[in-house]
Amino acid sequence: MTKKMKLAQLTDMLQDLNVEALEGVTIEGDIELDISGGGGLNPELAYAIGNEISHMSLHMANIGRILGFPAEQLLASAFGMGEMPEMDPALARPTELMSSKFDVSKIENWRNKIQEVTIGATAADGGSRKSTVTIGGENALPYYFDAEMPHKNHYTMDVFDMPIGMAKAVKGNYEDVINDPAEWAKKVVREFNADMVTVHLISTDPLIHDTSAREAANVVEDVLQAVDVPIVIGGSGNPEKDPEVLEKAAEVSEGERVLLASASLNLDYERIAKAAIDYGHVVLSWTQLEINAQKELNRKLMKQCGVPRDSIVMDPTTAALGYGLDYAYTNMERIRLAGLMGDDELTFPMSSGTTNAWGAREAWMVKSPLNQDSDWGPREYRGPIWEIITGLSLSLAGNDMFMMMHPTSVQVMKEITGTLYGSIEADEIDIQNWIGAEV
Amino acid sequence: MKINSPLEAYKYLPATNCGECGEQTCMAFAAHLIDRSLKLEDCKPILDEKFKKKYDELTGLLAPEIREVEIGVGDKIARVGGDDVLYRHKLTFFDQTAFAYDVWDTMEEADLVERVNKIQDFRKFYIGEFLQVDMIAVRSTSDDPAKFAAAVKKVAETTDLPLILCSFNPEVLKAGLEVTKDRNPLIYAANKDNWQQVADLVLKYDVPVTLFSPNDLDTLKSMAVTFAEMGTEKIILDPGTYPTGKQLKETFNNFIKIRRAGIDGDRDIAYPIMAVPLTAWMAHDDPVDASYWETVVTSVLTIRYGDIMILHSTEPYAMLPELHIRDTIYTDPRKPVAVDPAMYKVGDPTSDSPVLVTTNFALTYYTVESDLDSNKIDCFLWAIDTDGLGVEAAVAGGQLTGSMVKKAIEDSGFDMKKDTTHNTIVLPGLAARLQGDVEDETGANVLVGPADSGRIPGWMEKNWPPENK
Ligand code: B12
Ligand code: SF4
Repeated sequence: MTKKMKLAQLTDMLQDLNVEALEGVTIEGDIELDISGGGGLNPELAYAIGNEISHMSLHMANIGRILGFPAEQLLASAFGMGEMPEMDPALARPTELMSSKFDVSKIENWRNKIQEVTIGATAADGGSRKSTVTIGGENALPYYFDAEMPHKNHYTMDVFDMPIGMAKAVKGNYEDVINDPAEWAKKVVREFNADMVTVHLISTDPLIHDTSAREAANVVEDVLQAVDVPIVIGGSGNPEKDPEVLEKAAEVSEGERVLLASASLNLDYERIAKAAIDYGHVVLSWTQLEINAQKELNRKLMKQCGVPRDSIVMDPTTAALGYGLDYAYTNMERIRLAGLMGDDELTFPMSSGTTNAWGAREAWMVKSPLNQDSDWGPREYRGPIWEIITGLSLSLAGNDMFMMMHPTSVQVMKEITGTLYGSIEADEIDIQNWIGAEV
Repeated sequence: MKINSPLEAYKYLPATNCGECGEQTCMAFAAHLIDRSLKLEDCKPILDEKFKKKYDELTGLLAPEIREVEIGVGDKIARVGGDDVLYRHKLTFFDQTAFAYDVWDTMEEADLVERVNKIQDFRKFYIGEFLQVDMIAVRSTSDDPAKFAAAVKKVAETTDLPLILCSFNPEVLKAGLEVTKDRNPLIYAANKDNWQQVADLVLKYDVPVTLFSPNDLDTLKSMAVTFAEMGTEKIILDPGTYPTGKQLKETFNNFIKIRRAGIDGDRDIAYPIMAVPLTAWMAHDDPVDASYWETVVTSVLTIRYGDIMILHSTEPYAMLPELHIRDTIYTDPRKPVAVDPAMYKVGDPTSDSPVLVTTNFALTYYTVESDLDSNKIDCFLWAIDTDGLGVEAAVAGGQLTGSMVKKAIEDSGFDMKKDTTHNTIVLPGLAARLQGDVEDETGANVLVGPADSGRIPGWMEKNWPPENK
């Protein structure tokens, strides 16, 4: 039941209360205002009511305006505002937010799904790995709300078949295993949490030790024995020697579904492709920062060599932060977008040689070679973050797996890419009042 | 931008081909408007009253999708926003992310001044320029207007950098504004509780404002619509930067959503976006962890659409990668950064000094030049025109060959026989395979230097002066 009363009664009723606003009161119909005489409205209440009524009329005027009525003109002429520019503009301002819904559409032309590729094989599939790694399968740019990302990013850590030059910050982690690839592999899996291990057979380079393919294959066997995660096998990068080395390595790891790194346009990629097909492995299709070269090589691997689609991963080349990362980033982003939009020659998951970041001077030099520069600070901290930011930017461009070196870099990369992927829980933090935070 | 072909812009130009803009034709000028390398105001004739209507219309068509907001005054003014695309390869990103570092009003004055100076003096040489940070954000941790005003005043005296005044208390903001009203500071922030009072301030003082609505895009947009209605479009949107876990994933997607909606043409939300990676410090106690995490969040949100940020860590291992990732993302992908091909002198070379060959890719040139300069090696440094490619890429792609070197020598008027006593050229180690070719083409002696120019000093000790002088 609604009880009606005159304002004068209201005044009496509320007289002793400290009224600031009229909550829960609806004022309807004609209002009889009795403000003259002794029993008049108390000033506070008058203000409160006035405030409420004015708000209401502004609100109404807003609705009027939304309906297309030029309400501001009406108000302006009613109060003579047109002629009173001096008046405090605050009074003409809305007292409530003009309610508006945020809306955004999903991208329509991301119709093509990136190929899923599995590396490693368990006993059930004829291998001896305890776990496998699957990458690809995306329907959107990484971590975007447009579509769930089916697989998280994966990390493979570098192991070399001989001692090599390394930045000091990296070297400190491997001094105890530098002469033993199998122990080295164990260390990166057990201590540094690597999802995979990459064995680089660099001693096979004719200009280094010219190790035979057979000897190199022994190292591969040792590493397969030492760890039960999937492995990646890299040659020395010598285009004459690599096909032979990778063939032999593929043979001794038959059934393990390793990733063979790499087939490229400047070597006999057919031999690498054939080795992968014959022994059931995956091929890394490596080109140098050029989207058309990447298409060409992928096409050749598929059409000319008959490599199945589920056995190709691309490496479009990683340049370090400050040393061409702009090219590497955009090259990958373009490749991924082209793949999502239907270019079948580019719908493959990608891998990054993130270790390249250690080539940047900022990662390894003790201090800046230039005296105009501000102090570069301790390199122990600069190196890992250089590797992280190089990799992280490429993860946003669409890169799926990372070949890395520093344990801290891997750990932080796992944390941030896992967070963006959505698999990392953390205590909720209230940032409403961050300005006053003690930091 | 609402149009995308030069022809569409051309229709609005005077079509006289007068050449005042420095272009041969109006059509050529129109092409520059479309790629945003020239401004409409560079065409003086169109500023004439009789073209007013066309000028206004074209200005509207050319305006970037995301509004551009100015903070600060004078030389150091920062422009944020101004973007037209979602991916840098589609055009380029404009107005690189502005990095503001914080100070707070409960700091001791000496510490405050020291920190401001550290921030404004930080520099890193990179391809011919210094990478530097842009702003100071003053946080009110005291919530006391007088304290805040004093701190802001001190900061303003210490630096010309643009300022961000941070408080949710309108009284505090007002006190800060009073002492910096001629500096066009950015106000941080209006939220759903204080927006009316903050609106009064920003309209009165005519300064840009940040709207803060953590993880609530409806309210954020409502605020933006309301502020625009009240008469300001100098708006920056802060959808909240949550530092960890699922909240961070949501933050990431909020940035993408806002920018996508803006580029897709929703004017109501087409404003620059603010990120506050400083919140990483609310999640991590250890300063190294916090710095690392802040750098990581900064990088993610620099790549995905953050236009302005408030940061805390001034450790070089945080600032260096932050500055570099920003540079990476905002470098114009349409043109390799190159120096003019020429013979440059490093230090004070004489006819006994070595002649070193390098390329005109800016990264290569400046790396080599600074290595030589800081090691006080006087020499001639030849930047060969390789279309702006580095040594290896140019050798691989055929832009650096014996005949190119010869041509470069001829073009520069330098005479190896007369101007040097040794007639010897030093090639980069990575161009070793050109040695014979260069010898044949130029008739000079050719030495192969080290692969990294950082090793030139050591190499010089062993190999210079050359024996067969
Ligand atoms: C960025 C990059 C590109 C960019 C080029 C950007 C540019 N403006 O140059 C793009 C994408 C365009 C590109 C294209 C190509 N690239 Co490319 N690219 C790179 C990358 C990633 C970085 C190069 C770089 O910028 N280095 C930094 C600069 C500063 O180094 P720099 O110029 O060599 O200078 C140093 C030294 O040479 C020395 N130095 C310089 N001058 C002097 C002078 C003297 C006297 C001395 C002593 C020393 C010295 O000191 C400097 C500092 O260390 C490298 C891989 C890598 N990570 O190194 C591949 C790389 C150079 N590219 C390569 C190739 C093959 C190509 C392409 C042919 C690919 C293709 N199939 O199309 C094309 C060729 C383009 C063309 N010529 O038409 C190969 C070269 C292989 C080889 N040795 O022949 C590399 C090494 C990649 C690889 N591992 O295969 N590339
Ligand atoms: S100044 Fe204007 S009118 Fe003259 S040529 Fe340039 S664009 Fe055309």
